[in-house]
Amino acid sequence: MKAAKTIERREFLKVSIAASGGLLIGFHLPGMATLASAQHSTTAFMPNAFVRIGADEKITVIVNHSEMGQGVYTSLPMLLADELDADWSRVGFESAPVDPKYNHPAFGIQMTGGSSSVWSGLQQFRQAGAAARAMLVAAAAQQWNVDPSTCRTQSGTVINAGNRKLTYGQLASAAAKLTPPEHVQLKDPKDFKLIGKPLKRLDTPEKLNGQAVFGIDVKLPGMLTAVVARPPIFGAKMKSFDDTRARSTPGVRKIVAVPSGVAVIADTFWQAKVARDVLRIDWDEGGMADFDTSRMMQDFRERAKTPGTSVRKDGDFDAALSSAAKKVEAVYEVPYLSHLMMEPLNCVVDLRPDSCELWTGTQFQTIDRANAAKIAGLPAEKVQIHTTFLGGGFGRRANPASDFVIEAMHIAKAAGAPIKVMWTREDDMNGGWYRPAFLHAIEGGVDASGNASCWRSRLVGQSIMAGTPFAAMIKGKAYDPSSVEGVDDLPYAIPNITVESHQAEIGVPVQWWRSVGHSHTAFAVECFVDELAALAQKDPYQFRRQLLKEKPRHLGVLDLAAQKAGWDKPLPKGMGRGIAVHFAFESYLAHVAEVSVEDSKVRVHRMVCAVDCGEYVNPNIIKAQLESGAIFGASAALYQELTFEKGRLQQTNFHTFPVMRINECPEIDSYIVESKEKAGGIGEPGVPCAAPAIANAIFAATGKRIRRLPIRMSEAV
Amino acid sequence: MIVFSVNGKRVDLDIDPSTPLLWVIREQLGLTGTKYGCGMAQCGACTVHINGEAVRSCVAPVSRAAGKSVTTIEGLSPDLSNPLQRAWLEEDVPQCGYCQSGQLMSAAVLLRGKPQPTDEDIDEAMTGNICRCGTYPRIRRAIHRAAELASSGGAR
Ligand code: FES
Ligand code: FES
Repeated sequence: MKAAKTIERREFLKVSIAASGGLLIGFHLPGMATLASAQHSTTAFMPNAFVRIGADEKITVIVNHSEMGQGVYTSLPMLLADELDADWSRVGFESAPVDPKYNHPAFGIQMTGGSSSVWSGLQQFRQAGAAARAMLVAAAAQQWNVDPSTCRTQSGTVINAGNRKLTYGQLASAAAKLTPPEHVQLKDPKDFKLIGKPLKRLDTPEKLNGQAVFGIDVKLPGMLTAVVARPPIFGAKMKSFDDTRARSTPGVRKIVAVPSGVAVIADTFWQAKVARDVLRIDWDEGGMADFDTSRMMQDFRERAKTPGTSVRKDGDFDAALSSAAKKVEAVYEVPYLSHLMMEPLNCVVDLRPDSCELWTGTQFQTIDRANAAKIAGLPAEKVQIHTTFLGGGFGRRANPASDFVIEAMHIAKAAGAPIKVMWTREDDMNGGWYRPAFLHAIEGGVDASGNASCWRSRLVGQSIMAGTPFAAMIKGKAYDPSSVEGVDDLPYAIPNITVESHQAEIGVPVQWWRSVGHSHTAFAVECFVDELAALAQKDPYQFRRQLLKEKPRHLGVLDLAAQKAGWDKPLPKGMGRGIAVHFAFESYLAHVAEVSVEDSKVRVHRMVCAVDCGEYVNPNIIKAQLESGAIFGASAALYQELTFEKGRLQQTNFHTFPVMRINECPEIDSYIVESKEKAGGIGEPGVPCAAPAIANAIFAATGKRIRRLPIRMSEAV
Repeated sequence: MIVFSVNGKRVDLDIDPSTPLLWVIREQLGLTGTKYGCGMAQCGACTVHINGEAVRSCVAPVSRAAGKSVTTIEGLSPDLSNPLQRAWLEEDVPQCGYCQSGQLMSAAVLLRGKPQPTDEDIDEAMTGNICRCGTYPRIRRAIHRAAELASSGGAR
């Protein structure tokens, strides 16, 4: 009877596998590429690390950046396929294994971040495509016994002067025997067939029928699942635990102490979680037990009254301020924020005596591999990471300490079986590595003719880089550049500018959060520019134009956004329009927001976004990123804040740390400036302008200033 | 023993009846298209249909499915022929994609009840589905598009 049931269930599973296209129990991960390509090696042509062409005409582009929604599994293949003259309908993607040949050309490690995938891959992927094309042409020319220069390529075929044709698939095995060329000629941009076109994403179909594999979906034979009880307070240490009850709940295999807490290992996630809920742990709460964010902000306010480390000093701020006709002072405050990726953290490890494989959605392959190898006691080459789809990244999965990977390694050592470590939403939110809270005090003035004459910014907040392997990026500066980016390069023509930084040392782990320092500097800077405009009794858009006369690309996006938003058109009573402009990650962004305020409730009706990201690859993806960035920024501006009381985080899940929902989402119009400039980033630049544009629109609607995020009308001044 | 059907196939499980349906679907049945986002009916990532109704499977005990018929994203239409999937393709909706199974399953229930939904209908039906990537503008367009596709003869 029992056996019959099991078989029935197996049958059921088999049927489901067939019905859903073969991906339920096993999985074909992009990261399994190495295996798959080994199987095809007799027929496939792999001229370099980035492309494989099969006898079946399939072109597989191997992508060295992680797909976390920003579209790299489409935009990077487009670069390669264009130079290859591939038939786009045959182009697919795979995630690259970890290997130095997939290192970021500018940053020297395999990673995804800094809104850099497209600009850094531009040459790499185009060259890889051009080299493959040259070899296919050479193979065809050899076969026809003609000069390669008499052949041309089109949509996956080589064509000779006599109009004979060979497809790339037909040429694959012959091309595989040739030596890759040393130099290749890249296309003249006017000949691009794919680059610059609004092509659809390649990864959409599998995201519509449940087939896309995220880290959380990976299942290995014999795999167990673990959840971890982590300290309730940062820095707290486990003294002892009582697992009497937990051990007797069904499915539990092991309960072990690991450096990050107590791991409960069970057959399934749910069993592990049920057991964890009845664990009793005695914590040594440590030095953060009375940490309180409201007190921290008070300390920040005090520190901002004293001079900080000098970041920038143009002219003489003090003298200019004392001779200013009018002056204004404002203190801006932003809270800690969670990245809140839709897919909470997870990591699968299969640790064997002589090798180790991991499956996870990471942005930091090189660093995670090195850290995993250290724990495994293996050389890095014996550790492989299969990068799955990421259910959002926003910086969190680029952890300088590889926190979620190292923890999984420790548990794998104890488990004695393949292990999946899963974080609940609460675990993820409580797990640290937040966008740091910042205080930004600004003082400035205008002269008698209403021109901005002086500006002083003082920032107080934690450094992201200090104490991490990235400390080297501080490069002998006495401050962390990522704390002040976006104000250190204040673009406005103001003769006297001082920027100072205070570094706060607090035991809350902090990290890059989509747009990093720009996520807070743009808010303070663009709100204060608005305050100066009001002081000078000028229109905020025209006031900015005046001060940006020498900055054509800032002006370009500012004008485009203002024009598309109809800046001069009157709005109904109770509504207001706000504008903001910012440069980040080599791209220029401007937003105009339209809001209404009714009974202290802010509603954003429309956001107009304009970007100049230089030469661009896929306008469809760029517009999606602008929409995404605006909503991400607006969510933080309107709703989000992490607070601590007695060392304990007060937010746990979406109900206490809300995200914008569809009924709150404004209409968003996005525009791209046509540009021949060097390509810039797009994953992050869309975020920073949202908050100041909304805050400035609130001023236009109500005459009240917002100086603290998230926006609360009760705090407006 | 709990008996129900998933995507038209009979399931027969010996399991603690209080286990959330989400984890039964993902871990016991291996259907991983249904996602976990919050575990407390806040985000909609885990939305499935029980007898045609949209249900947050993270808070529904598996016992609630007993004797009923459950549809997951894998059962919506594996070949992407459902008008919603076609519209999602046309509008190129997903970014990271993690929330999209839940979005589609909620939208499917909306369209069944309101074949020509207004923006307000969409707000009401879809407000329980969070998308951290901010695909809302495209979701809205795609739902309207799917309504058109369905009414212009696309089988549903
Ligand atoms: S996981 Fe069920 S609603 Fe979020
Ligand atoms: S597409 Fe990423 S959460 Fe919706």
